[in-house]
Amino acid sequence: MSKLFMFEKPIGMRDTLPHIYETKKKIKDQIGQEFKLAGYQFIETPALEYYETVGTASAILDQQLFKLLDQQGHTLVLRPDMTTPIARMAASKLLKEQIPIRLAYCANVYRAQQREGGRAAEFEQIGIENIGDPTISADGEIIALLVSSLKKTGLKHFQISIGHIGFVRNLFQQILGTEERASVLQSYLYEKNYVGYKEHVKQLSLSSIDKQRLLNILNMRGTENVLQEAISLTEDGKGQEAIDELKQLWLVLKDHGVESFVKFDLSLVSHMSYYTGILFEIYAEGVGYPIGNGGRYNNLLEKFGFPTSATGFGIRLDFLLEAIGELSEEEPLQCVLFSKERRKEAIDFAKSLQEKGERTVLQDISGVQDVDRFTAKFSKVHFYIGTPKTEVEE
Amino acid sequence: MNDTPLIIAMPKGRIFHEAAELLRKAGYQLPPEFDESRKLIVDVPEENLQFILAKPMDVPTYVEHGVADLGIAGKDVMLEEERDVYELLDLKISPCYLAVAGLPDTKMNEVAPKIATKYPNVASSYFREQGEQVEIIKLNGSIELAPIVGLADRIVDIVSTGRTLKENGLVEYEHIVDVTSRLIVNPVSYRIKDAAIEQIVDRLSRVISEKVV
Repeated sequence: MSKLFMFEKPIGMRDTLPHIYETKKKIKDQIGQEFKLAGYQFIETPALEYYETVGTASAILDQQLFKLLDQQGHTLVLRPDMTTPIARMAASKLLKEQIPIRLAYCANVYRAQQREGGRAAEFEQIGIENIGDPTISADGEIIALLVSSLKKTGLKHFQISIGHIGFVRNLFQQILGTEERASVLQSYLYEKNYVGYKEHVKQLSLSSIDKQRLLNILNMRGTENVLQEAISLTEDGKGQEAIDELKQLWLVLKDHGVESFVKFDLSLVSHMSYYTGILFEIYAEGVGYPIGNGGRYNNLLEKFGFPTSATGFGIRLDFLLEAIGELSEEEPLQCVLFSKERRKEAIDFAKSLQEKGERTVLQDISGVQDVDRFTAKFSKVHFYIGTPKTEVEE
Repeated sequence: MNDTPLIIAMPKGRIFHEAAELLRKAGYQLPPEFDESRKLIVDVPEENLQFILAKPMDVPTYVEHGVADLGIAGKDVMLEEERDVYELLDLKISPCYLAVAGLPDTKMNEVAPKIATKYPNVASSYFREQGEQVEIIKLNGSIELAPIVGLADRIVDIVSTGRTLKENGLVEYEHIVDVTSRLIVNPVSYRIKDAAIEQIVDRLSRVISEKVV
């Protein structure tokens, strides 16, 4: 490895400059306010967790985890997602007080990147988890909240694609029989390799009807009428149940008035292996990656000793910022430049401005090398310089 | 939402002409200077399309990052790059295959067999599946040189007619996988611009199935 230059940061790590910080904060406040109004309580968890607990329970691939050792020799991980630490926290404490609980978070998560630049290894996620409520109303509630919070940020063109992991799994099991054969096909879906999927289906020894059913999954995209088509693909109870859930969800979303932001996509499978039912991804125009995702994960809490259902989502703030496109306007900033003789006067004046809520910098002129360059950034500059009593404004 | 043109990343070189021909057969009115153009970006407003002309190996990169909605890329490139994009259609153009080749009647070095290739990922996973640990030497072109000058025991490269191998006195040892060009799509575009993309897919698949019959 070459010697590092002093300005370098580890791969995928990024600085946040003032202007972007402010825009990000504004967006977080807007979304956070929506979460709070719906009764979701913000919490924080530590950045470091044990590899054996949160690290292995998390759905993030092992090679993407940042690992380190503590002084006792335990392997630690930088949290790769927020859902798993929250599951730990809820199972060990909060669920003993109330069920269901509604929690919100806004935190940095860490995923190591092996490939070239352009991908963050540390990024901020804002999201909610609704733990202990198995009803479709809970799924509908979080999706409706997702829509209303994105709207609050001013984002106009976005779409939520909803699938159901139970539908795909059951259809594969039903037609292919064994888990092994099903998982081959499922991995083609997961890799988004539709060419490979179709070729694989063609060479399976199945009836042409069954082959067609498998191929039809790829076209199950659209609004509620897709669900009607999908129901004809399944035979057994579980696949039907999945579609029934989606039908119910559609009604719930209509009651919330958010159905126009939603499409169904039954070919959707997620890299998050802990999802057990309804799952969704959020897309915005102008950003090449999903800006967020979510779904139901009814088996995760069990790993922490408290089997119960849960559903939630996370939005990636960096991608959301990219989707919104414009940075918010900077608030005006004034400057009071003073020399020693008039220091007291200058301090009083600056304080009076700050008390009125106006952002004001107080600067000793002898600390500035190039006055023109320094003052160029301010909306207004007040000079308290030289002999007292004459204030010059510029 | 449907007013913005669809952006298609096209691979320059070998595949380009066949891909352009396929698009024309599917009824797309591409300007005659399209094929000779040295421009990197070509607008075709009549079809509401924009083409970006890229190195074949880079096409999936543009599509994955979403600066192109669609792309045409060889399966060899897809296997090497493993990008997170939808592989929607086998365009069945530019057929060839990836193969292991070397000097005739030679064995691989038993201690540290060396493989020269433009496809380090494909080569290393192929030999790993064969239960063999090899050392990969990445080259950017004229791979056939490597065994001749003694840089490597074997090469992993694209073979279409086998002429280049023959002319350089090399023989094929193993056939790894067949390669044709694919239509690839960015996962977000696939959902947000679904109508426009479906139209392209339909038009292209009609031409492809005619060709096979």
